Amino acid sequence: MTANTNQPTHTRAYADVLHDPIWVRIGLSGIAIGFIVLFLCIPLALVMVEAFAKGWQAYWSALILPDTQAAMRLTLLTAMATVPLNTFFGIAAAWAITRFEFFGKSLLTTLIDLPFSVSPVISGLIFVLLFGLQGWFGHWLSAHNLKIIFAVPGIVLVTLFITFPFVARELIPLMQEMGSEEEEAALSLGATGWQTFFLITLPNIKWALLYGILLCNARAMGEFGAVSVVSGHIRGLTNTLPLHVEVSYNEYDAVGAFASASILAGLAVVTLVLKTALEWRQGKK
Amino acid sequence: MSILLTNISKRFGQFSALHDINLEIPEGELVALLGPSGCGKTTLLRIIAGLEKADHGRVLLSGEDKTEQHVSHRGIGFVFQHYALFRHMTVFNNVAFGLRVKNRRQRPSEAQIASKVHALLELVQLDWLHDRYPDQLSGGQRQRIALARALAVEPSVLLLDEPFGALDASVRKDLRQWLRNLHHELNVTSIFVTHDQEEAMEVASQVVVLNHGRIEQQGSPSDIYDHPANEFVSGFIGQTNVFTLDAHDAEWLQTTGLQVTQQGAIAHVRPHDIEITKALDSSKATAVLKDWQHLGALIRIELIKNTDNDKKTTLFAEMPNEQFKRLQVNKGDPVDLNIRQAHWFH
Ligand SMILES: Nc1ncnc2c1ncn2[C@@H]1O[C@H](COP(=O)(O)OP(=O)(O)OP(=O)(O)O)[C@@H](O)[C@H]1O
Ligand SMILES: [Mg+2]
Repeated sequence: MTANTNQPTHTRAYADVLHDPIWVRIGLSGIAIGFIVLFLCIPLALVMVEAFAKGWQAYWSALILPDTQAAMRLTLLTAMATVPLNTFFGIAAAWAITRFEFFGKSLLTTLIDLPFSVSPVISGLIFVLLFGLQGWFGHWLSAHNLKIIFAVPGIVLVTLFITFPFVARELIPLMQEMGSEEEEAALSLGATGWQTFFLITLPNIKWALLYGILLCNARAMGEFGAVSVVSGHIRGLTNTLPLHVEVSYNEYDAVGAFASASILAGLAVVTLVLKTALEWRQGKK
Repeated sequence: MSILLTNISKRFGQFSALHDINLEIPEGELVALLGPSGCGKTTLLRIIAGLEKADHGRVLLSGEDKTEQHVSHRGIGFVFQHYALFRHMTVFNNVAFGLRVKNRRQRPSEAQIASKVHALLELVQLDWLHDRYPDQLSGGQRQRIALARALAVEPSVLLLDEPFGALDASVRKDLRQWLRNLHHELNVTSIFVTHDQEEAMEVASQVVVLNHGRIEQQGSPSDIYDHPANEFVSGFIGQTNVFTLDAHDAEWLQTTGLQVTQQGAIAHVRPHDIEITKALDSSKATAVLKDWQHLGALIRIELIKNTDNDKKTTLFAEMPNEQFKRLQVNKGDPVDLNIRQAHWFH
């Protein structure tokens, strides 16, 4: 056990307390790292390998296909529509839950988590039941020539539903912990409600808010199940990027599928980096 | 600004936090709101400030009914129990906040704000800390910054919720004196909450004793100390020895020279109203000296009642050190007691 004696004293103190022999520590770390490599890194690398299997040229031409471009645009549009709305709703819900007493508050708190607890496919189906041709509002909608299901509005609506919890769930615990004393102090000093929000509340929650927005955005761009149910898979019209990946793959267009997937993977990596940066920022505060 | 509260009541669900509070505070007073934990002090203060809405009753400032007015328009300075400094702002910006959020017509220029903030920071003797953040300050410093911040908008009423609650004893003592002087200088009507009776007596010109959401007594410190309205006030303000007048206690009290034919079933005796002399006849001594502790200039003496029955309860007496030395008594000595006066309650 020479390895033990070479260690700096503070880790030795830990080892003494925890009584974990070195092989346990190495073994557990090995398993964790192995798992991550096997199930996270290798698939990610494989996406890249497959995307470039036929060279840069093929990769590039797959990306500039009109259908791929349309899918990217739709994904961006969906994110741009849902993220700001859910940021607003999330702040409003967190504010209401942490700052007011009202009837049904605990029910609301539970309901915020609903999109997380039902399967996305069910979420999609709910919207079909509501707005589809045979649905509750189907008759009225078709009478007014409005199309929601198998069209862009349906995709936006269902994404809005799926990504609703992210911002609120980041903010609620933080705002609960913060308490309302600082806001009350601002009010007693003559600040208006808006001034109090922008000068006191927002600076205190901004990192958590950004974090929530980031997660919300990642999900809005990446959602598959629910969107798949309401989209109708019309190429160039109602396919988002994740759907486009599936369609391409099913049509044996491996390069096309993996090229689109690489965009999503790249998005995931960027999200991860930003997320780490935000966490580091929050930890420093 | 004078403060007038009429019939203020407040419930939280089934729990009645304040019950029919009537209170008048004249302009320029420094009033202590005194009471045990959970008796409703903070709630009352928040109702005056407009941070909480009373279920019944009215709040009048300078004779004007402000019950429905929003907190941001009441012109009240509120210092919170835990300071509530804006943690993301420097000390300077904390104090400047109230000036900067004024609407454009009333807002002073940045230069005016700066000079006013520095003047306030000098008033609380902390100008050298102006670019620190709240978490880089000590508790006493935070307290004074919170006060400076509240004073910046020139409130007509200042409400302080346990301003010294979280501080250690010596800092408390300094700040008490300092608060009194500050009040003398500014002369703004102020209420401060405390559950420390000594603090209330030392700082305030008027003391309001609160218990279970009701006002038990209001008056000057000496008034409340010398003429407590009821058992609770007497027990809460300073130490007392409590006697319940069954036959034995009554008989024993007679031997100390107190007139027992009076007034009530319960007697409260302040420790300094008990005079001790060496027993002339040890078989007839009224008490036995058990122990003593030094409290600075005073000495506290523990005595055990000399009675036939089993009620050998402990009494406390206080006297100056010098006087105690002249007595020349030791632990276990029999002593005679002379009780000068008591407060009687039913
Ligand atoms: N928002 C609330 N909901 C329910 N009960 C409350 C609420 N605020 C206060 N209370 C109750 O009202 C009573 C008075 O509370 P308050 O905060 O005024 O006490 P306090 O005198 O300031 O006590 P302390 O000295 O401990 O600060 C307490 O029993 C408390 O439990
Ligand atoms: Mg309190």
